[in-house]
Amino acid sequence: MPFVWNFPLFTIVLCLFSGVLCMMLRGRTARNYTIVLEAVLIVMVSAVLWYTYTAGSAFTYSMGEFPAPWGNEIRAGCLEALIALAFLIVMLCSVIGGWRFTALDIDESKINLYFSILNLMTAALMAMAWTNDIFTGYVFVEILTLTSCGVLIAREIGRTTLAAVRYMILNLLGSGLFLLGVVLLYDLTGNLLMVPMHEAIEELWAAGQGIAPLTLAMGIITIGLGIKSGLFPFHYWMPDTYGMATPTSGAVLSSLVSKSYIFLLIKIVWRVVGLDIWREMPVARILFVLGICGMVAGSMSAIRVNNINSMVAFSSAAQIGYIYMGIGLGGPAGFTAAIFHILGHAVTKSLLFLTTPRLAEVSGDSLRFKDLQGSGYRAPESGAFFMLAALSMIGIPIFAGFSSKILFGIAAADEGGWRFFVIMLALAFSTLLNILYFLRTVIRIYTERGSTLTRPVIDMPGGVKWDYVLPAAVLTLANLFLGLFSWAAVDVIEKGLGMFF
Amino acid sequence: MNEKFLKWLDGDDAYFDQVLDSSMEGVPSRETLKAERRAITNAIVHSPRSRRAVAAGSRTLRYLYYVVAVLSAVILIGVLLYCVSGLPRYGQENVRADEVVERYVEHGLEETGAVNVVAGMILDYRAFDTLGESHVLFTALICVMILLRRDRKNMDSRLEDYYRVVQDRYFDTSGDEILQGVGLILVPCIFLFGIYILLNGHLSPGGGFSGGAVMGAGMIIFCSACGFERVDRFFTLKLSSWITFAALSFYSFAKGYVFITGANHLENHIPKGTPGAILSAGLILPLDIAVGIVVACTMFGFYSLFRRGSIGGN
Repeated sequence: MPFVWNFPLFTIVLCLFSGVLCMMLRGRTARNYTIVLEAVLIVMVSAVLWYTYTAGSAFTYSMGEFPAPWGNEIRAGCLEALIALAFLIVMLCSVIGGWRFTALDIDESKINLYFSILNLMTAALMAMAWTNDIFTGYVFVEILTLTSCGVLIAREIGRTTLAAVRYMILNLLGSGLFLLGVVLLYDLTGNLLMVPMHEAIEELWAAGQGIAPLTLAMGIITIGLGIKSGLFPFHYWMPDTYGMATPTSGAVLSSLVSKSYIFLLIKIVWRVVGLDIWREMPVARILFVLGICGMVAGSMSAIRVNNINSMVAFSSAAQIGYIYMGIGLGGPAGFTAAIFHILGHAVTKSLLFLTTPRLAEVSGDSLRFKDLQGSGYRAPESGAFFMLAALSMIGIPIFAGFSSKILFGIAAADEGGWRFFVIMLALAFSTLLNILYFLRTVIRIYTERGSTLTRPVIDMPGGVKWDYVLPAAVLTLANLFLGLFSWAAVDVIEKGLGMFF
Repeated sequence: MNEKFLKWLDGDDAYFDQVLDSSMEGVPSRETLKAERRAITNAIVHSPRSRRAVAAGSRTLRYLYYVVAVLSAVILIGVLLYCVSGLPRYGQENVRADEVVERYVEHGLEETGAVNVVAGMILDYRAFDTLGESHVLFTALICVMILLRRDRKNMDSRLEDYYRVVQDRYFDTSGDEILQGVGLILVPCIFLFGIYILLNGHLSPGGGFSGGAVMGAGMIIFCSACGFERVDRFFTLKLSSWITFAALSFYSFAKGYVFITGANHLENHIPKGTPGAILSAGLILPLDIAVGIVVACTMFGFYSLFRRGSIGGN
C-alpha cells in the first residue's frame, strides 16, 4: 500500500490532536502552530490529489483492522481531495488575513481557545470530505455545528451572541432532521456504508417497495442540510451570523462550513441514492425551485440592507441558491457546475469578508454605506481586492463567477425544455440584481466628493502589512485561476465525479 | 421617490441596527439598559411598518398564524406516520441488517476481547466514530469556556465585587450542615461506583461516558457541600487542562496507531488478554479510562463555569 494512502487519516487525526494542543498553548503560539499545521496539511492533500488524479481511481482506507461494513472507513478520490485542498487553502488565507482583526475582536486570554476551535473545525471539514460512511458524516456534522457556533460567539458582543443563539437553534433543527433521515435510510437498507446502501436502495426502488419512506428520508436529509447551509426560506439568519462575527469566522463560516454540508449532500445523492433515482424524486424538483427562489430572494434582501457586511452575507444566500439549483437539476453537468461554484464562491466570499472590515476600519469603524464613501482611497489595497471580488460575484469574464455562470448555462442547455428558459431567465435577473448592489458599493467606496463621516477616522499605525495583503492576493489569484483555467478544474471535478461509483 | 432612493444609497433607513450597534458592548448599567429599551420600544411602536400592521388588524393575523402553525404540524405528523407505517419490519424483512449484527454478536468476543459487546462495538469496531464523539464533548467545553470564562469583555470591573461577594453568599451552600453531612457520606460511594463503572466497561454495562458522568456528579456534590475553596485547593484550571490534554491526546495517538497498523496490515502488538479478566480487551480499558476522565472534568467544568465563570478560581 502506498504511503500516500495514510494522508487522509493524518489530516483528520492531526487536526483533532491540534485542537486539544492549542488549548495548552499561548494565543500567538497557537496561531503560528495552526498556520504551520495547515501548510503541512495542504502539502499532504495536494499529494493525495496528484496521486488519485494520475492513478485515475479512488482508494478506500479502513480505520483499523476490521473491514468496511463492520469497522469504519474513509475514501479518497480526486474530487474529495480537490474540495479538501480548496477548504484548507481558504482556511489558511482566512486565518492569516484575518489575524489583525482577530487580535482586536477576541479577548487575549481566549485566542488560544479560538484556534483550538478552528482546528477542530478543520478536522470536521476534512472528515466530511473524506467520509464513506453516512453515520461518520453525522458525527462530524455535530462537531461542525458546535464549532461554527464557537467561532461566532468568540467575539463576545451582544449581536454575535444573539446571532449564535439563532444559528444554534436552526443548526440543531437541521442536525435533527438529518439524523432522522439517516435513521430511516438505515432502517430501509440495513447498512450505513454508502455503497451497500446504494445497492439496497436500487433493489427497493426497482421492486417498487418503500418509495414513500425513501422519498421522505431524502426530503428531510435535504431540508436538514439545506437549513444548515442557508437554503432559500431558511436564509434569514445569515446577515448577523456571517457579517457580525470576527472576519476570520465570517469568511470560514460562509465559504467553508455551509459548503461542507452541501458537499455531504452531493455525496449522498451520488453515492447513496444514485443519480437516476434522484432525478425521479420530487425532492430534486422542489430543490430546483427553492434554489431559483433563493437566487432572487437573497439578492433582494441584499439590496434592502443598510450595511456592507449584511449585504455580502445575504449575497451568500443567492450564491447558495445557484448551487442548489445545480443539484436540483439532477444531471451530471448540473453537479459539475454546482461543485465548481462551491470552489469559486469559497475563494470569492472569503476575500470579501476579509476586505470589508478593513474598509470599515478606515471609516470610523462603521459598516454603513454612507460612512464608507471614499474608503477605497483611504484603504487602497482593500478597495482594490473588494472590487475584484465584486466583479467576480457579478460574473465578469476572466473571473470565477463568469465561468460558473457559463457552466450553469451549459447544464441548463443539456437539460433542455422549460428548465432551460427558467434557468436562463433566473441567471440574467440574478446578474442584474448582483450588479445593482455590488456595483453600487464599488462606486460608493470610490466616490471622494461629499464624504460626510459621522465618526472620527482611526487608522492603524503603519496601515496594512504583508500578512493582510498576501492572503488576499492568493485568494484573488485562485479566483483568476478558476476563471481563466476553468477547464482544468472542470476536468478534475468530472474525473472525481466519475470515481464516485 | 428621489429622497427614498438617496436614503437607500446611504443605508440610512433601518433604525434598529443603530440602537443595537451602540448597545451591548460590555455590561451596560441599569439606566442605559432602561433608556435603550424605551428607545427600541418607541422605534418599534412608531415605525411605519408596525403602524401598517396595527391598521391591518394584527389580532386576525395572529390567529391565522396559530392556525397555520397547527395545520402544518398536523400535516407533518401525518406524513411521518404514513411513511413509518411503510417501513419494513426490522430484523424480519430486511436481511441485510443481520450481516453486521451477526458478526458483532458471534465474533465480537474473540476479535475485540471484550465481554461487553457494546464496548467492543464503540471502542474497537467503530472506534473512529467514537473518537469524533469524544471530541464533541471537548468542543462543547471549549465553547462554554469562550462564552462564560470571565475576561475583560464579558465582565464589568464594577460588577466584579458584586459577583464575588454577593452571589457567593447567596448561592454558596457549603455552610449547610445537612448537605455537608449527607455529601460526605455519599461522595466516596459515588466515586467508588463511578470508578467501578469505568473499570468494568469492557466486562459489564458501563464504560467511559457513563462512569465519567457519575464521577463528575460526585465532584459537583462535593463542591456544593464543601464549597469551591476546598475544590480549588487541588483542582485548578491548569490541572484540569493538563488532564484533558493528556487523556485526549493519548486517545488520538493510540487510536491513530491502531488505524494505521490495521489499514497497512501490520501487527499492532497490543495484547488482547483473557476475556473476562480485568486487564483484557486490548485498548478498550485505557480508552475507557481516558474518556471517563475527560467526561468527569468536562461535567465539573460546566458546573464551575456556569456557577462562577471560571475553573479552579482564576
